[in-house]
Amino acid sequence: MAEVVQLRPPLDEEAVRSLHAGQAVLISGPLLTGRDAAHKRLYDLLQAGGELPVDLAGELIYFVGPTPARPGRVIGSAGPTTSSRMDAYSPALLATGLRGMIGKGYRGPGVREALVKYGAVHLAAAGGLGALLGSKITGSEILAYEDLGPEAIRRLVVQDFPAVVAYDAHGKSIYDR
Amino acid sequence: MVRITYKDVVEAVRQLAVDVAFNLPADVRRAIETAIEAESSPQGREYLEQILENDRLAQREKLPLCQDTGLAVLFVDQGNQVQVAAPAEHPEATLTDAINEGIRAGYEQAYLRKSVVAEPLNERRNTGTNTPAIIHHRWVAGSELTISLLAKGGGAENKSKLAMLKPSDGREGVVDFVLDTLRLAGADACPPFVVGVGIGGDFETVGLLAKRALLRKIDSAHPDKYYRQLENELLGKINALKIGPQGMGGDTTALAVLIETAPCHIASLPVAVNIECHSHRHRSVTLRGGEDG
Repeated sequence: MAEVVQLRPPLDEEAVRSLHAGQAVLISGPLLTGRDAAHKRLYDLLQAGGELPVDLAGELIYFVGPTPARPGRVIGSAGPTTSSRMDAYSPALLATGLRGMIGKGYRGPGVREALVKYGAVHLAAAGGLGALLGSKITGSEILAYEDLGPEAIRRLVVQDFPAVVAYDAHGKSIYDR
Repeated sequence: MVRITYKDVVEAVRQLAVDVAFNLPADVRRAIETAIEAESSPQGREYLEQILENDRLAQREKLPLCQDTGLAVLFVDQGNQVQVAAPAEHPEATLTDAINEGIRAGYEQAYLRKSVVAEPLNERRNTGTNTPAIIHHRWVAGSELTISLLAKGGGAENKSKLAMLKPSDGREGVVDFVLDTLRLAGADACPPFVVGVGIGGDFETVGLLAKRALLRKIDSAHPDKYYRQLENELLGKINALKIGPQGMGGDTTALAVLIETAPCHIASLPVAVNIECHSHRHRSVTLRGGEDG
C-alpha cells in the first residue's frame, strides 16, 4: 500500500490540492464537528447574511455526533455519519474557506464541483467503528449550539486519526468505478 | 395467569439496551470471521478485521461499538397468560411505559447517545432520553414475555425502501428491487450489511416484515426451501455488486439476507428492504413470571 500522508490542520489550499483520491491519511491536530442540525443553522445564517459563530477558514469539519463521555474520558464513541445529508449545505460552507470534510459514503455533484472550485477535500473515515475512532480523540470542547446535544459544534483534537481521500480537489473519487 | 412485574420489564429492557451497545452479537462476529477468510481485497480484509478490533475495544474500554447507538425498536411477544403488574404507586402504568423507562435508564446510565427528536419537521428538538421507543406488540399463546431489541442506526435505516410491485413482476421483480436498493445504499449505510426483506402483506405490514426478519439468527436457514434458495440467490447477487466493506470494493457486501413473508391481496406484491449495518445490534430476552395465586 502507498505511503500514508500525515495531515496537520489547519490546512492551506496547496496542501489540499496535493491530495489525491485513494490516498490514506492520518490526521493530527484540531478538527471541528458538525452534522445535520448544526449545518442547517450555519447555512441559514449565511443565507441571512449573518456571521458564523465559528471561523471555518482552513478547517476540517468532521460529520459526527459522539456519545457522551464517561467520567474521566474526553469523549465517547465518535465515528462518521452519512455525508450526503450535508450535501445541501456543504458548498456554501466551502465558499467561506472550509478546507475539507470527514464523513462516510457518497457526495453529490454539487459538492464535487465545490471541492474543485475552492480547493477542498472530502475524507472518508470508517463507518461503524466508533470505539476505534473515538479513541483517537484527545481533546473535546463545545464551541457552539450546545442546545443541540450530540449535534453541537465541537472543537476536537485528534492524534493519528485514520481516513482515506474519498473525493479530491481534482474531481476524482475513490468510489468512481 | 402469570405475573411479571413492571420493574422486571424495566430492568430487562435496560439490560438489553446496554448489552447491545457494547458487544457484537455472536452470530455477527462469526459471520465477520468467515468473511475475512473469503475476502479477496486486502483493504476489505483490513476493514473487516477492524470491525472485530472495534468490538474488542468497545468491550474493554466501555465505548459503544458505534456513536449512533440507535433508535430503540422493540418487538414484544406477550403470552396470553401473562399479566404485567403495574407498581402500586403507579397503578395506571403500562407495558409501554415500562419499556420506555428501561430504554431511558439504559441510554442514560451507559452514556449512550440520545438520537430521538420529538417531532420530525418543524423544530426537531432532541427528547434527550432516546425515547419514545418504537414498540411492536403481539399476543401469542403461552406464559412467557419475549422482548427483542434492535438498536437501529439512522444511516442504514435511511437507505431502506418499500415498493408495491405487481404480481406479474414476480421473483425477478423482487430480486431487481432488492439489488437496486442495495446499490443505492452502497458506502452510505456501513457495509457489509445484514439485509431484511419483507414480501407480502400490505403497505404497512411489509415494512414490519422486513424489520422482523432481522431478528432471525443470521446463520440460520429459512424453514421454507423456496425462500431459502431466494435468500442464497440474493446474497450471491448482492455480493457480486462488489460494493465491499466500507464501500471501498471487495467480495463482502452483505453477511446475510433474511426473508419474512405474509399472505397478500390477489392484486399485490409488496416488498420491503430493511438494511442493517455491520454491527447489527440485536438481542432478545424471555421473562417468565411467578404464578398469581
